[in-house]
Amino acid sequence: MQKIFARPATLLDTGFHFCPGCHHGIVHRLLCEMLDHYGLRERAVGVPGVGCGVFLYDYIDIDVCEAPHGRATAVATGIKRVQPDHFVFTYQGDGDLGAIGTAEVIHAANRGENFTVIFVNNAVYGMTGGQMAPTTLLGQCTTTSPAGRDSRNDGYPLHLAELLAPLEGVAFAARVSLHTPAHVKKARRALQRAFETQLEKRGFSFLEFISACPTNWRLTPYQSVEHIEKNMLRAFPLGTYKDTGAPASAAAPEEEDTANAVL
Amino acid sequence: MNKITIREERCKGCAYCVLACKRELIRIDPERINNLGYNPAVFSNGEACTGCALCAEICPEVLIEVFRERGKVALKWQNAE
Ligand SMILES: Cc1ncc(C[n+]2csc(CCOP(=O)(O)OP(=O)(O)O)c2C)c(N)n1
Ligand code: SF4
Repeated sequence: MQKIFARPATLLDTGFHFCPGCHHGIVHRLLCEMLDHYGLRERAVGVPGVGCGVFLYDYIDIDVCEAPHGRATAVATGIKRVQPDHFVFTYQGDGDLGAIGTAEVIHAANRGENFTVIFVNNAVYGMTGGQMAPTTLLGQCTTTSPAGRDSRNDGYPLHLAELLAPLEGVAFAARVSLHTPAHVKKARRALQRAFETQLEKRGFSFLEFISACPTNWRLTPYQSVEHIEKNMLRAFPLGTYKDTGAPASAAAPEEEDTANAVL
Repeated sequence: MNKITIREERCKGCAYCVLACKRELIRIDPERINNLGYNPAVFSNGEACTGCALCAEICPEVLIEVFRERGKVALKWQNAE
């Protein structure tokens, strides 16, 4: 009997603190798979922002530098500039990157800083108890929009992948989801493109993950998956908004996946 | 026969694996409560398991390992033995 799926080596054998059904754990795993795949464990630096992803250093066996709320892209700029041979990524929520850190991410993107931004968009401030974020859907009830988000008062959901893609410094910008195994596989492919972008020194790479926060959505994990399918994906269309790299090679991983699926 | 293993002691019962298994070989066991206080997912050692690894792909806690009788290509991303 052959083991064909196991924990990636870079993912430490520690239980996550995440709530049941939270997608942060899948993002952590995909990151570790990619770090292992490209052999980056000894020369990777992660920069988590403030939010539920903040304990990244407890789970991923690489160097980590904590950033003040919203400033992860500024901290990563410094790290990448003094250690250009290191693989540098930030790991930020929508409250972190899309609210307090908007200025930092736009300028890092515009400067074409050669690092990767992992953006986990769950449409609320998770860690602090579910306040409205700039990415909250219209009509979505949160602790600070109990009657639902109203555009007349609160504006509209912020589309960061679309916003950053046109900037000249941006080499890769895409949005993926994690609510079904098929989407997880697509997300892995997109993450690989983002890693390649940095490894080929093409500039700023940005990957947005649509992610569930069942606790603050006041939904069960099952209802959260439905909510993503029905509402989140309508407000946040998936896709690659920019990719300056060469088209995927013939030996793309999807072939292997399909081979496995028909077994 | 293919099979999976689930580390029940760390399962939080989100049941994403239950949704993922097309052959309905995984269920949440209401009789059992693990140390974290959740009803864990359990695998009913079914002959029907194809080793497709969809359950493992979706497990947010990364608790599932997948074994194949005649393993073809190991998933490229995994450092599985
Ligand atoms: C300067 C500063 N302001 C406010 C906070 C409080 N705070 C902690 S986490 C957080 C929001 C996190 O939300 P998000 O980035 O969406 O991450 P999630 O928890 O949803 O993954 C806030 C506002 C802080 N820690 N520092
Ligand atoms: S509060 Fe939300 S984002 Fe934070 S761990 Fe729980 S489900 Fe995940």
